Amino acid sequence: MNCDVCKQKPATVFLTQIVDGKMQKVNLCEACSKEKGVTDPTGFALADLLLGLGASQEMEKSTVGARCPACGFSHADFKKTGRFGCAACYDTFADGLENMLKGMHKGLEHRGKVPPRLLKAKLRDEEMKKLQRELRKAVADEKYEAAAELRDRIRNLENEAHTAS
Amino acid sequence: MPIHTILSTSGEWLRGDGPQSHIVVSSRVRLARNLNGFPFPGHAKKTERVSVLECIKPAVESLPEMADAHSVYSQDLSALEKQVLVERHLISREHAAKGLGSAVVMNKKQTLSIMINEEDHLRMQAIRSGLQLKSAFKLIDKVDSELGDKLDFAFHNQYGFLTACPTNVGTGMRASAMMHLPALVLSEQVNQVIQAVNKVGLAVRGLYGEGTEAMGNLFQISNQTTLGEKEEEIITRLNKVIEQIILHENNARATLQQKKPVTLLDNIGRAYGILRYSHSMASKEALNLLSYLKLGVDLGFFPEECRMQVDELFIETQPAHLQKSTAQKLQAEERDALRASIIRGRLEKLPAPAPKSAAPQEPPAKPDDKAKD
Ligand SMILES: [Zn+2]
Ligand SMILES: [Zn+2]
Repeated sequence: MNCDVCKQKPATVFLTQIVDGKMQKVNLCEACSKEKGVTDPTGFALADLLLGLGASQEMEKSTVGARCPACGFSHADFKKTGRFGCAACYDTFADGLENMLKGMHKGLEHRGKVPPRLLKAKLRDEEMKKLQRELRKAVADEKYEAAAELRDRIRNLENEAHTAS
Repeated sequence: MPIHTILSTSGEWLRGDGPQSHIVVSSRVRLARNLNGFPFPGHAKKTERVSVLECIKPAVESLPEMADAHSVYSQDLSALEKQVLVERHLISREHAAKGLGSAVVMNKKQTLSIMINEEDHLRMQAIRSGLQLKSAFKLIDKVDSELGDKLDFAFHNQYGFLTACPTNVGTGMRASAMMHLPALVLSEQVNQVIQAVNKVGLAVRGLYGEGTEAMGNLFQISNQTTLGEKEEEIITRLNKVIEQIILHENNARATLQQKKPVTLLDNIGRAYGILRYSHSMASKEALNLLSYLKLGVDLGFFPEECRMQVDELFIETQPAHLQKSTAQKLQAEERDALRASIIRGRLEKLPAPAPKSAAPQEPPAKPDDKAKD
């Protein structure tokens, strides 16, 4: 049996872990087990390794042949490492990504912390969407006075966004 | 602050005075962050890694939390120094393998450690003694906000913080507690607990060898998912589950004391005997036996004053800590001999284990005979 990571050397370290109630087995050679730090029961490496191995298999289905314009990372690179090359890769490989993230996480949308410097922009973005919804509704309901007011507020927000960026 | 000061003093979490520290050894929260416009470390050229490093390191050093920090380039640390930091959980094994282009910044209390150019540009962690996930999160969250003002983090409107590995995307947060669960292991309930925990989307890890036994009866409980939930929600869920496990472990301890007092005393007594009289001991065996000694202290079989000694041995008998205590390079065999000798020395004054109230199945205890030896 060969090592699951390098696929070259014979596996000598056999690990099992229960993830989501399922037993997962990983077979590693001496060198890879040392490098991945999986012999350390307190490290995070084992979980990352186990999750990572599954991840690269998920990606197999789509985005074959894609290459990141920012960093040159290819689909094959991802398959090999289970890692991306740069932040832009998340958009390059977006098609395959959704499927993979679905199996891995609780949702597909970040609901946690937003960096303080981006928070303003994000709030403005949400406010803008809300106003536009209200505007469409006002127009549909033929409430033209309200619509005019909403248009002004949207214009103000747009100006704010321009000066901020 | 020079590195040997860090290496020769133990961190706050090793003192084991946090809440619930009888069962929860330590709480850790780690955040992964990357800079916009640079490839992730694993895909970056050396010059790119160096420029990221020179951009991040001064920003980290200027944090108020890092006023008394030790900041060091990876290439300036010896292999042994790195290994000691790994055993203290201040850097990861992966980071220990890095050279030029990486660095680590740690505060004096060793509650904060920030790795630069590990798998992500930034891996920041807070570690506290006992069950203190919330305070560990607060600590690292503040550091993150301060750094976020100075640095341009890669952040995606839908996916949140972008990380090299998609398993970390979103919050970039991995929160974990290291738990000591000897009674659940002894009473063969630990697998049930592990399965229950997995059902609520958390991961439990011991290191499973051939059997189902974890080394030193130590298990790490952590969140598996990082996307789709708020940080606070993840921490709260984890905290609740840990409190449940503490309850189960305490129940298992009480049941063992009531229903299997002889088995319990036998396990602790054998551990005591082997630790005190052996002349060669591998690190795995040491961990497993020390676990019973720690349980013995928790249950009052040993005087409370011995707690520190036992806790310290968990870390001091690790390979790099052993090697650090001596000038010559040790072979595995010599290391096992040194380990046994350090343990014998430390436990020389430890009295034989005795249940707090006399065990019912035993003839009247003669504590004097035992204590003299
Ligand atoms: Zn291998
Ligand atoms: Zn890329």
